[in-house]
Amino acid sequence: MLRLEKLEKRYRTGDLALKSVDLEVPDGQIMALIGPSGAGKSTLIRCINRLVEPTGGKVSLSGLELTGLGAGQLRRARRRMGMIFQEYALVERLTVMENVLSGRLGYVGFWRSYFRKFPQSDVDEAFRLLGRVGLDHMVDKRADELSGGQRQRVGICRALAQDPELLLVDEPTASLDPKTSRQIMRLVCELCKERGLSAIINIHDVMLAQMFAERIVGLKLGEIVYDGPPDGLTADVLTEIYGEEDWEATIRKVEDEGEEDGEALDAALKHDHQAAILDRDRMAGNT
Amino acid sequence: MPVRDAGTARVWQRRERAQQLAIWACYLLAGMTFVLCWNLVSEKTIWAFVWDAHNQAGDLAARMVPPRWDYMEQLWWPIWDTLNIATLGTFMALVFAVPVAFFAARNTTPSRFLLRPIALFFIVSSRSINSLIWALMLVANLGPGVLAGIIAIGLRSIGFCAKLLYEAIEEIDEGQVEAIRATGASGPQVLAYGVLPQIMPAFAGITVFRWDINIRESTVLGLVGAGGIGLQLNASITNLAWTQVSLILLVIIATVVVSEWISAKIRHAII
Amino acid sequence: MADLASAAGRRWHKPPLIKSPLLRWGLGLGVALYLAFAFGTTEVNWERVADGIPRGVRFISAFFPPDFVSRWDEIVDGIAESLWMTVISTVVGIALSVPIGLGAARNLAPRPVYYFCRGVLAVSRSFQEIIIAIFCVKLFGFGPFAGFVTLSFATIGFYGKLLAEDIEDMDPAQAEAVRATGAGWFQWLNYAVQPQVLPRMIGLGLYRLDINFRESAVVGIVGAGGIGATLTTAFDRYEFGSAAAILLIIIAIVMAVEYTSGYVRKWVQ
Repeated sequence: MLRLEKLEKRYRTGDLALKSVDLEVPDGQIMALIGPSGAGKSTLIRCINRLVEPTGGKVSLSGLELTGLGAGQLRRARRRMGMIFQEYALVERLTVMENVLSGRLGYVGFWRSYFRKFPQSDVDEAFRLLGRVGLDHMVDKRADELSGGQRQRVGICRALAQDPELLLVDEPTASLDPKTSRQIMRLVCELCKERGLSAIINIHDVMLAQMFAERIVGLKLGEIVYDGPPDGLTADVLTEIYGEEDWEATIRKVEDEGEEDGEALDAALKHDHQAAILDRDRMAGNT
Repeated sequence: MPVRDAGTARVWQRRERAQQLAIWACYLLAGMTFVLCWNLVSEKTIWAFVWDAHNQAGDLAARMVPPRWDYMEQLWWPIWDTLNIATLGTFMALVFAVPVAFFAARNTTPSRFLLRPIALFFIVSSRSINSLIWALMLVANLGPGVLAGIIAIGLRSIGFCAKLLYEAIEEIDEGQVEAIRATGASGPQVLAYGVLPQIMPAFAGITVFRWDINIRESTVLGLVGAGGIGLQLNASITNLAWTQVSLILLVIIATVVVSEWISAKIRHAII
Repeated sequence: MADLASAAGRRWHKPPLIKSPLLRWGLGLGVALYLAFAFGTTEVNWERVADGIPRGVRFISAFFPPDFVSRWDEIVDGIAESLWMTVISTVVGIALSVPIGLGAARNLAPRPVYYFCRGVLAVSRSFQEIIIAIFCVKLFGFGPFAGFVTLSFATIGFYGKLLAEDIEDMDPAQAEAVRATGAGWFQWLNYAVQPQVLPRMIGLGLYRLDINFRESAVVGIVGAGGIGATLTTAFDRYEFGSAAAILLIIIAIVMAVEYTSGYVRKWVQ
């Protein structure tokens, strides 16, 4: 369970990015965070693992208060929160395997990581994850040789290699084409379900959010203005979040596709291992 | 692939074993080279002096403060000379560097097999030899004075400017040149309309960059008699006038800081 | 038609580089005045120059052929000393400049450390090698050790500054991603910073090796070891043949180092 209490962030420029945000995310819930640019979505998820230092309020994960931890404790806490980034943020000159293993950095000592001598169990897990996302034939490619969708899947593996309880996902589809976007979102949600992780997905695309999330939180100018199920996003609510615009087309389309994808999601939930392998092969074929 | 199947587990290593061994061998070789070099240098070193260095340093520092401020009056003229050496030397370098660069660039050279190698050799020779050594040679031939300094700076800068310039010329967009050539323009016209506009910013940047370096270099040319503030520095050190030395060092720092500031401003204005 | 007629007499000029005419003419005048002053105040002893011309001719003719033989032992000794000095000062200088460069990167170091390291870099870069060499000779005595200290110190200024700038220019997203995994500070350096800056820094290290060799020919002028001492002696004795030989050897070695480093740089990328 992740709990934010009166979380506040004021940047040194004086801009108040978050105004006393209260939020609870139960274990295993996939939550989408929507809102216009500059609403504070990125700041919010970066305040959770303190890549951005909050200026007020509390963040606690499973009872452990993250705000106020010392540097060493913070590192240990960060291991429990995997993060997936907008532009993938892979270290481009490292190989795919090194990128995935960098998710284990919080668990191994400096010299082991320096000589790339990770425990065999970590390497096994890395292979398993890469196999799950259909990339185990690309282990020794350098990250800058991959396509966008492939990079994002490596990014997902890196986050999951941390063995997290919570995924912080920052605009995972911002630089991907529509089809790859859906594949990536589906993959993230499936993996969360398989492992029982909760996730906060920060996303621009309202349709994608409705398709895959169980709960939607709308952020506007650093305040929560909507918190509820995906089908509660009416034209009025969207106007409240984003401002005046003709929302009918968006909503209708979402409802149509929502049904199909609801089924797809159900199917995904029922995926056993066999299906996962099939799915992986399909993805590998797509690349 | 550095992935092996060892029984049930798949083992991953960063590199192949042979590659890893080769890298260790290189490290070993580098380490041995370093130790060898160190031994050769230490053979020629009188270690007693080295261990005594901190006393010497303390002594010297004590004798250098406070700087002799009234000596400043005698420094204005050398500062002016220093500036002139740097500026006129840069001008001279530019005059020669532009044709050399056009001869050396693969896409503008008039003859690939004769002029280009000559130009390249000229560039390397000019760059390999420090301006102080150029100054040493010129003082031996032309006698001491500012003129030797200007020519020394000029000779050293020709290679530097020409190298950067010909690299800029080789990187220009051929499409634009082609378009101008397609209008029926003559060779010089192609240069003027197709090539020059593309390299002007690089040219200006290189000029300012080299001028800044030349200011630094011209402060020391006096050590071998080629004019500028280095003459006073040399004289003060020979006379053991350490309070004058410290003032000259301050002046040099100030000059360098100011010239860096000016060149940063100009570069900013160009971009 | 009316438009065309009025356009017929319209004249066109290339727009000037500097818009304001006052500034344009002012700058032109300023440059002209400066040049006039500079040339006017440059004292040239033309008689001495005229005297020098035959000597210059003799010097240039000494290159055809250069005299490698008569001072061969001294030349070999000097070149060898320069090479040893170059190698160890490059290694030591780079080793020392890594911590200073890290400290001088604005996005890495806390403020006081940043200002301290920037200060060290500024001092090292302000003075020419030769001035530092004079002091090193005073402190450590004549010989290559003084040259070694000089070149190491100069290397710190050069390499540390470029390293710091490279770190400041790195991609912050990659750095943030590795930090988010819970990596320690050194792990973060190893996984996020090092891969981004290493290839360029290897190239610059080789470049610095090249510079250090060239400078090692200079510090000898004030007694800090290396080929410079031999070269100065040759000039002092007007042995232009030997001097020409030394210069050619320097040029050859610089060319060899440059060629090799270009090759290595391509390989590293």
